[in-house]
Amino acid sequence: MLTRRSALGLLASLPLAPRAFAQPRLSYDLTAKPLADGIWMVEGATDYFSMENGGAIVNITLMKGDSGLILVDTGSSRRYGEALNTLARSLDIRGISTVVNTHHHPDHFFGNQVFADRPIHALGGTRQAALDEGDAFADNMYRLLGDWMRGTEVVPPSDVIAGGDLTLDGRDFLALPLGGHTSADLALMDRRSGTLVAGDLVFYNRAPTTPSADLPRWQQALDALQAAKPALVIPGHGPADPTGDSITQTRDYLSWLDRTLREGARAGLDMVELMETPLPDRFAGMGAQPQEYQRSVAHLFPGIEREELPRGN
Amino acid sequence: MLIRTALAALIAVAGGAAAALDDPQTVLQDPMGSGMWNYHQKGLLGDPADIRFDDRVVLRAPASAEDSLNVPLLVDATAIPDVKRIVVSADYGPIPHILTYYPEQAEAKLALRFKIDQATAIRASVETHSGSWHIGSTYIDAAGGGCTAPAHAYASDDWEEKLGEVHGRLWSASGRARLVVDHPMDTGLADGIPVFIIEDLSLQDEDGTPLARLELHEPVNEDPAFTFYFDAGALPASVKVMGRDNNGNRIRGVLSEGELN
Repeated sequence: MLTRRSALGLLASLPLAPRAFAQPRLSYDLTAKPLADGIWMVEGATDYFSMENGGAIVNITLMKGDSGLILVDTGSSRRYGEALNTLARSLDIRGISTVVNTHHHPDHFFGNQVFADRPIHALGGTRQAALDEGDAFADNMYRLLGDWMRGTEVVPPSDVIAGGDLTLDGRDFLALPLGGHTSADLALMDRRSGTLVAGDLVFYNRAPTTPSADLPRWQQALDALQAAKPALVIPGHGPADPTGDSITQTRDYLSWLDRTLREGARAGLDMVELMETPLPDRFAGMGAQPQEYQRSVAHLFPGIEREELPRGN
Repeated sequence: MLIRTALAALIAVAGGAAAALDDPQTVLQDPMGSGMWNYHQKGLLGDPADIRFDDRVVLRAPASAEDSLNVPLLVDATAIPDVKRIVVSADYGPIPHILTYYPEQAEAKLALRFKIDQATAIRASVETHSGSWHIGSTYIDAAGGGCTAPAHAYASDDWEEKLGEVHGRLWSASGRARLVVDHPMDTGLADGIPVFIIEDLSLQDEDGTPLARLELHEPVNEDPAFTFYFDAGALPASVKVMGRDNNGNRIRGVLSEGELN
């Protein structure tokens, strides 16, 4: 029998019913891997952005400072930044004291929002590029990642730094102001451990990305990183590398890419024909291939073709 | 009761007639199921009776457009004999018609780039000289906005000096002719910038006989880039590039198997 009370009870249970069908709240499962004296890395997937990985494709570095942890890069979304904040507190109860952005690509600085009350350091070129291109990146990230991006707003880095000796929260670094992956790429060498946080100047077993690339400048940057003789390289994507092989591999891939596109242009190939070219074995097994190679054809071929084809009038 | 039934019958007949007026005379089952094809079959192709989707018309393109302003596409209709023209179009976009290719003495195959405004089915509609139509399709995902952005050319102040500049070359052994023509290709959809596009572009031999011919529309990319395909060894030593834009500027160039840069 339907009494007043049972009817009310039924009504009250209604809003709960749809929950049985709703997805669980999306959350990142981040772990900090200890690498060296007071240095941890959060290792990203070596894939492209997807609804499955929520954009957790980037390497994050955490380092012990005097008043908390120094965070290098903040991930792809507000929710990712929050997960980093929680993870940092589990390593050091004081949490994150200082933030650095290596460059302006969205997977490296879209978690900034969570740390907006702390200094966020970057090169001047990175700050400007984040201001110029951040909103367009956000449009695309919302399209690719959907609800993972909820509430994410673009917060460009606040504090501009230059190259040379740099002290962040009491820890000494050599700051290398480079470029080539984007217009401004910062690499940080930790004086104490010889660890190089290379940002996206170095990829390891994951295909380098080129939407803002200048290949000759990138090669020069790799020379500079090699000359710094790091004891350990933390690439922007892929595993940490104590051998320096990650720098060699990135250099090898970029030269192959440039040569392949130039030879294609000189043989009269079109972009679609180049995109369908099979990759050499040593690059085919990298994460995010062949998608990244195909994206690179789209980014780089129109410019390279113009350089290679002779004038016809 | 009878009146009501008669009225219902009348409405049904009228409704049926109205739907028939919207339909093309030959209604096809669209393999892309995109919802706009019937409309384009009438509007773009002139509602031909002899028409079908045909797997022999192959469209090769990336599944997703990395750069909405430069989407590469390769249309290959070489399996269809006696091709007169190929109409390349996008189902969804402010301007659906991308270009029409008249292969003349070239193969029924063309590589091009275009601007995409949203994820859409792309079609190559091939008409033979006997008037039968064969349609190939592909689907390209895109973030959008390709048709409504101002040309990159205006970011530099010397674009007028480069207007109509031709880069290109012939590869006689592989039967290829490739060219890039500098032009903003303004769609008219960017705020305050009127339509400014190349409309006609052709390859001709020394005597002015057309070897291949293109009619371009707004969605063709800025600095249009094409590969034309000929039989191996069929290309003359040099080929003239002749064209005109909608402001009357002439495009003149010569392609040969010359030194590469």
